[in-house]
Amino acid sequence: MIRFFALFAIALMLTGARDPILVPEVSQHDIKVRQGFTGTELLLFGAILDPEGRAARKYDIVVVLKGPAEAIRVREKQKVAGIWINAESTAFQSAPSFFAVVSSKPISELVDEKTAAIYELGLDFVQFSPTGKIDPEEQARFSAGFNDMRKRAGLYKEDMSGVQISEQVLYQARISLPSNVQTGTYTAETFAITRGIVVASAVSEVEVRKVGFERLVEIFAQNWGLFYGLLAVALSVGMGWLAGRLFAMV
Amino acid sequence: MDVYLPIANLSVNGLVIVALGGLTGILSGLFGVGGGFLTTPLLIFYGIPPTVAAASATTQVTGASVSGMLAHRRRNGVDEKIGLVMVAGGTIGALIGAVLFRFFQSLGQIDVMINVLYVVMLGTIGTLMGREALQTIGAVKAGEKPRAMTRRHHPLVAALPYRWRFYRSGLYISPIAPLLLGVVVGILTMLMGVGGGFILIPAMLYILGMSATVVVGTSLFQILFVTMVTTMTHALTTKAVDIVLAGLLLLGSAAGAQIGSRLALKAKPEILRLVLAAIVLAVALRMAFGLGFQPDEIYTVVSL
Repeated sequence: MIRFFALFAIALMLTGARDPILVPEVSQHDIKVRQGFTGTELLLFGAILDPEGRAARKYDIVVVLKGPAEAIRVREKQKVAGIWINAESTAFQSAPSFFAVVSSKPISELVDEKTAAIYELGLDFVQFSPTGKIDPEEQARFSAGFNDMRKRAGLYKEDMSGVQISEQVLYQARISLPSNVQTGTYTAETFAITRGIVVASAVSEVEVRKVGFERLVEIFAQNWGLFYGLLAVALSVGMGWLAGRLFAMV
Repeated sequence: MDVYLPIANLSVNGLVIVALGGLTGILSGLFGVGGGFLTTPLLIFYGIPPTVAAASATTQVTGASVSGMLAHRRRNGVDEKIGLVMVAGGTIGALIGAVLFRFFQSLGQIDVMINVLYVVMLGTIGTLMGREALQTIGAVKAGEKPRAMTRRHHPLVAALPYRWRFYRSGLYISPIAPLLLGVVVGILTMLMGVGGGFILIPAMLYILGMSATVVVGTSLFQILFVTMVTTMTHALTTKAVDIVLAGLLLLGSAAGAQIGSRLALKAKPEILRLVLAAIVLAVALRMAFGLGFQPDEIYTVVSL
């Protein structure tokens, strides 16, 4: 069975030889979050290879960088009896903790909405996998509100002219990660688009992880709550006492 | 100076946080309050997740109250007996608070609840304190002597059974009254991330009728122990204590508390109370605005 699929894949590659091949690369595959981390800028670059050897046709490039997904609940405040309280809510099974779309041209000029939705090209097309309420209008309202929040936090972004393509062969895009990114595996998907069709795509991964002291603190707080708490108390009592002694001497 | 906070998961300007700690430290030295009621909202405003802000502010208040309490203790300004009764109540309150926290979290109203508590508590205390301070200032200006207090403590307190003697406070009352006060403050500590000094001090003065010389010291004593319990509760349940954030706040507040206690010697107490009332009311109004007119965020997100 596996062999059959392998043969099938090779056959596809041979017959589809007219499609270009994307060779993506990322400036950093391993982002270390340690003391002094204030965010970082990722350079996503690569080449578009045309198998027929001639100068490549005109391609446009879209890069989508997605952070690890999380299950969340979004609540909406409404004014009830004079005060704003949480009213409606909806759950999203897989909301990416980070989402950035960078393209060489506005997405709407590259593909139609259906294609954009399939490949999640654009903030309007992030797939949150909502559960519970199914009313599409309400769903859209929550998605838009959530999108807007994440945009203001710098975690969701779009840049419609962020990809530079040189000589129809090389492309590069820059995406900055703010300091409040989640740790985990990020996937960067690169799409080559021509005449409204996605003709090639490639994925590369970026690992964001805490190291050193920051990692230690996180593990300590998560697994050794009692000792962590005692340490925090000791620290605060010690510092307060020390300050009292120091100032008493002045 | 950028500092990465490992539990809050973001990088902040360390100097801003130290300055914020210093500000609350000065308040704590001046007024005998922990200053948590100011730290927590300001941290949230700065972008720290609310739970982390509340938990770490509690840890900071511990440090701010240690040096103040020790200073008061040196001159016999702490009634440990009534303090321990209130600490016992505070511990019970912190545990009740943790249960309430979970309950409102499951209802999805915890942020609304915290805001309502802030508005109600700070609004009431600020108004009462401000009015009292203005009356005193008016009386001093008119050349009258401050009125002698007409009653020692609230009639309800006098009605409670099993009286104990609290010598330093000059009281012969039932321990149930300070115990209940401790419970109330403990609940608020857990829910609001505050030490509760701004409630304790007026309550000890006007409800229990404690002698004014031990009020600030005993309040700091109770705050010290209850915030310790609350820090532990947070460390074990929410796991939201950010030790780096707390450390930065402590750097500022430990120094600020000493500066504040020196300033307190020079200023007139009724002016101090008026200033504190104004700060408390300003925080309450800011919160009321978010609750009644326009919330900062229509949408809130919790992870499942």
